[in-house]
Amino acid sequence: MIEVRGLTKRFGSKTAVDDLTFTVEPGRVTGFLGPNGAGKSTTMRLILGLDLPQHGTATIDGRLYRDLPNPLRKVGALLEAKSMHSGRSARNHLLFLAQTQGLPTGRVDEMLALVGLHDVAAKRAGGFSLGMSQRLGIAAALLGDPQVLLLDEPVNGLDPEGVLWIRNLMKQLAGQGRTILVSSHLMNEMAVTADHLIVIGKGRLIADSSTAEVIARGTEKSVRVRTPDPARLTALITAAGGSVADGAAAVGSAARLDSTVPPGGPAPANGAELLTVTNMDAARIGELAASASVVLHELTPQLASLEEAFMELTSGSLEFGIHGTDPTGTRREGAL
Amino acid sequence: MTTAPATPINVRSKTGASRLAGLGGLLLAEWTKIRSVRSTVWTLILFVVVTIGLTAGLTALTVANWNNPQSAGRGHAEIVADPVGFVLGTGIFLGQLTICVLGVLVITTEYSSGVIRASLLAVPKRIPMLVAKLMVFAALLIVLAELVAFSSFYVGAALLHSKVPVSLSDPGVTRAVVGAGLYLTVLGMFALAIGALIRHTAGAIATVIGAVLVLPILSGLLPGSWGAHIDAYLPEQSGSLVYGAHPRLGQLLSPWEGFGVFCLWTALLLAAAAVLLKRRDA
Repeated sequence: MIEVRGLTKRFGSKTAVDDLTFTVEPGRVTGFLGPNGAGKSTTMRLILGLDLPQHGTATIDGRLYRDLPNPLRKVGALLEAKSMHSGRSARNHLLFLAQTQGLPTGRVDEMLALVGLHDVAAKRAGGFSLGMSQRLGIAAALLGDPQVLLLDEPVNGLDPEGVLWIRNLMKQLAGQGRTILVSSHLMNEMAVTADHLIVIGKGRLIADSSTAEVIARGTEKSVRVRTPDPARLTALITAAGGSVADGAAAVGSAARLDSTVPPGGPAPANGAELLTVTNMDAARIGELAASASVVLHELTPQLASLEEAFMELTSGSLEFGIHGTDPTGTRREGAL
Repeated sequence: MTTAPATPINVRSKTGASRLAGLGGLLLAEWTKIRSVRSTVWTLILFVVVTIGLTAGLTALTVANWNNPQSAGRGHAEIVADPVGFVLGTGIFLGQLTICVLGVLVITTEYSSGVIRASLLAVPKRIPMLVAKLMVFAALLIVLAELVAFSSFYVGAALLHSKVPVSLSDPGVTRAVVGAGLYLTVLGMFALAIGALIRHTAGAIATVIGAVLVLPILSGLLPGSWGAHIDAYLPEQSGSLVYGAHPRLGQLLSPWEGFGVFCLWTALLLAAAAVLLKRRDA
């Protein structure tokens, strides 16, 4: 279990991590999301004792990382930044790490085989592709058979097969009761990998809940309705407390991301008109239509993708966003 | 969406129970790091070749021109007064630069390549990593530097024999040859400390070479007795006394005192490097 309590890190006048508090539970994959510059990598470096915080603590099973004896046997980490010498072979890189932890040499070869690098074990790491370097980094992270794993953008540079491999590996490791914190900017990858999400923006916590909840909460859900009698249906829905917007204009980005429906939906047939209903679920709309004998040609609930939920959550906290102002107004530089 | 792994991925350790690593493990790891990178191996080979090669070449050249009236004079008097200092000095003057470069590289390549992150994740208390690195590097250097010092002496003494006979049994000569190896070893630590403080290869090499080659020239221009004192206590000036058999003109420190001053410089820089290593973000 990783516990982060009031963690704050400033670089000069810039606050990278701002009073961050969260817990990463064992037995599930916890996704760590945030726009570029949100402080994900810095938070991981603080947990791992590479950077020293101005305030707060980060502990692993109740202990600071630097107080762990043979830490690689407890915690494995894959950092986004490169951490291997280009002139050293993959095997020697793992070998020196194993030696610091008192791990047997056999473990090095085991890990090389696991990540599929045994054929190039004696080759200099400088000649490795991004995907191979990433696999070597993962071998280093798993070397000590750790209970806790921190992976910073692990699927970067991997081919689809590699992505699937990492996804399965993380699920399997979580299934064994290990604690897994994985950062990614690929929201859809997180949607299929993470059970739980921690979302940060500008170093502050934005959301800490299950992946399903984040998706559900992120965007207002809407329902696409197509009917030849829009006036009567609109009146019915409005009377029952729902809101109706006209057709394609209000469909919004949700429909555009849904690959099965072309933008704006299929051309209206038989004079049917498209409505977008909010504040009411599809079942209730169907019941209302049936009770008044209004014909429906289509009734489709629109689910927000994680991508949209994420944009919704972090809008206003984009470090390099296109808006000039700081709508959160919560930066506390100089206040601490 | 959720597919079971096609082949089960087993990350659990199959190899036997592992022991807790102490300093022994860290020493092994640092040895693996040094021997597995070509630049350190090549720099060590360069050190051996340059030092012994220059000693042989320059001594042979001096002997060949011994009776040439243009090269005779004060130079000869110095060689006759301190033949072992001359023999060792010719090779060490340039050979020591490879040690400076190597000492810097041993630590700065960790920063430039990013290995430092892996190293500090493995040894988060940080200081034990630096101590292990120093111990392994010092052990490697003392063996190699003493070997080079004795080889240089035997080669140089044999070449010089017809003009100025010198042997290990002459007063101060054994101390000077052993001292040359010690000087080069401590110089490696000195360079490593500066590398650890500066963390960038080019900047650190420039600083070490400035301290070893340029400072003595500048301090030599200082007037009066205080200038002479500053000069005497500089790292290279004080450290190099230990590989001369006979005192130079106006020498303020004895060979061992000088070496002690050099060790003190190195210890201070290492202490500063350790404090910063502990405090700085990696």
